[in-house]
Amino acid sequence: MELLVSGSGNGSAPRSRGLLVHATAVFGFLYLPIAVLILYSFNGEGVGGFPPHHLTLDWYRILFADGPIWDSVLNSLKVAVAAMAISLTLGIPAALALDRAQFPGKALFRRLVLLPLILPGIITGLSLAMLFHVTNVKFSMLTIMLGHGTALISVATTEVFAGLQKLDRAQEEASLDLGANYWQTFWRITVPNLKLPIIGAALLIFTLSMDEIAVSFFLIGRDNTLPLEIWGRLRRGITPEINAVSTIIFMFSLVTIVVWYRLRVRAEGGTEVAPTIESGVAN
Amino acid sequence: MFSRAYRTVVTAPPLLWVSLFLLVPYALMFCYSFWSVSPEQAIVHSWNLANYQELFQKSVYWQTLLRSMWIAARVMLFSLLLGYPLAYFLSFYAGKRKDLLYQMVIIPLWVSYLVRAYAWKTILGSDGVLNTLLQYVHLTKHPLDFLLYSPFAVVLTLTHIYTPFTILPIYAALEHIPRNLVEASHDLGATPAQTFWKVIFPLSIPGVVAGATFAFVLSLGDFLAPLLLGGPSGIMISNIVVSLFGAAYNWPLGAAISLGMLVIVVSLLSLSERLEKKWSFS
Repeated sequence: MELLVSGSGNGSAPRSRGLLVHATAVFGFLYLPIAVLILYSFNGEGVGGFPPHHLTLDWYRILFADGPIWDSVLNSLKVAVAAMAISLTLGIPAALALDRAQFPGKALFRRLVLLPLILPGIITGLSLAMLFHVTNVKFSMLTIMLGHGTALISVATTEVFAGLQKLDRAQEEASLDLGANYWQTFWRITVPNLKLPIIGAALLIFTLSMDEIAVSFFLIGRDNTLPLEIWGRLRRGITPEINAVSTIIFMFSLVTIVVWYRLRVRAEGGTEVAPTIESGVAN
Repeated sequence: MFSRAYRTVVTAPPLLWVSLFLLVPYALMFCYSFWSVSPEQAIVHSWNLANYQELFQKSVYWQTLLRSMWIAARVMLFSLLLGYPLAYFLSFYAGKRKDLLYQMVIIPLWVSYLVRAYAWKTILGSDGVLNTLLQYVHLTKHPLDFLLYSPFAVVLTLTHIYTPFTILPIYAALEHIPRNLVEASHDLGATPAQTFWKVIFPLSIPGVVAGATFAFVLSLGDFLAPLLLGGPSGIMISNIVVSLFGAAYNWPLGAAISLGMLVIVVSLLSLSERLEKKWSFS
């Protein structure tokens, strides 16, 4: 069958070649800093300087012996877990409310929940700092957890709401008709059906929290999170130790994405991609 | 099908939480913006417009706001110029590699934003990777010092950070275009360029608007990239808020500026929402 719309036909080959060159260049731009970051984590001579000299694992050795960095990693992990708990506990009901309930101020509620997703972090951070200041709550890990948890309800709500749109309500209806109460139906029907969006949201919240700096900046007590620890060091002068810790975190994230991706592909029995031109025409 | 009790149980907790931790703080910020600071650095709870007067009278605030918007506009433009063709390539020409390439757009987002800004600093610095490379290959004798600590460095870094954010919605919009429309356009004799400009591009506008909004709004409020890479000429409006919160200790003035940003961001969001609706075809 003649593939009328495929790029290689009717004289658009130069165009697709141009696009390929452009795409390669953009990927180069996106990955250049990451490549530099990783490469120079092995550079004995410091963070800059071409060509790299004296490849070494010393920076990783220094990193592993660096107490404050690992304290901050631990703090970040605690914050991320707490943020995940808070935002899922509130984000899942918020999505259910947006999907199933009518109440005065619903439109405002929706906007308010989603606002931290797009609002500059410093506004969320500063306004929460004011709340804690006025109520005499001392800045600590707890205030950062509350800040992250609140800001990231937006992520949980969006992901779960999208999942609810695809959910077939007949199963829940059947469960209720057969005598299960709402609580049982929620745990046995609704949650299992929303497994993927919930896990997706959890992972996203976790990573966003690990990386968050603008909100934390205003709510920090005595204990640093990892980004704030790095931030403090950047201002004092930089060594490839920062490259080393970033490389390790990146590798962890990469493994997480691959695992998550596998999980999703297996659960959905295929990848969630709209029909490509080829398959569209073949049908 | 859902009882009143069910609806109350799912609505009340998030509603209360969001009121307490989002609505009240925003309202409090509004109040703060009318308060002031005493010489002893205590907050004075007397209502006046002094902060707003200062904002309108001192040109440093205006200039910084305009500079921030100009930086954000350039970031938006460059992200679209880099992002659109890539999204188009992914959606229409990538074939079997589509899924892999899509993941490759997302992966850089998993590298901490702070770390990517830092990486650019190590590349652009006067003894950074780029300058030493240029000298190594004898293209320059002395380091180019305009690379770092300039608005250029800020625009470059923010473009790097927000390009994936523009690619994703544009790609989603392109994927939703029914392929038989494209086919029909070819069958009816349109050239590929005509098909692109008259069919594909108009249908992708909602994605472009969403991507542009992300890039503009997120870079407008940024304070890390300017602090790390901007130098004195690259200071943005959020940097002023941060310094008013910290060393300068003037929360009320900081609140007034933040409120101004909030108004700008919220109006841009509703504008983009309206544009997206206007241009979506379903």
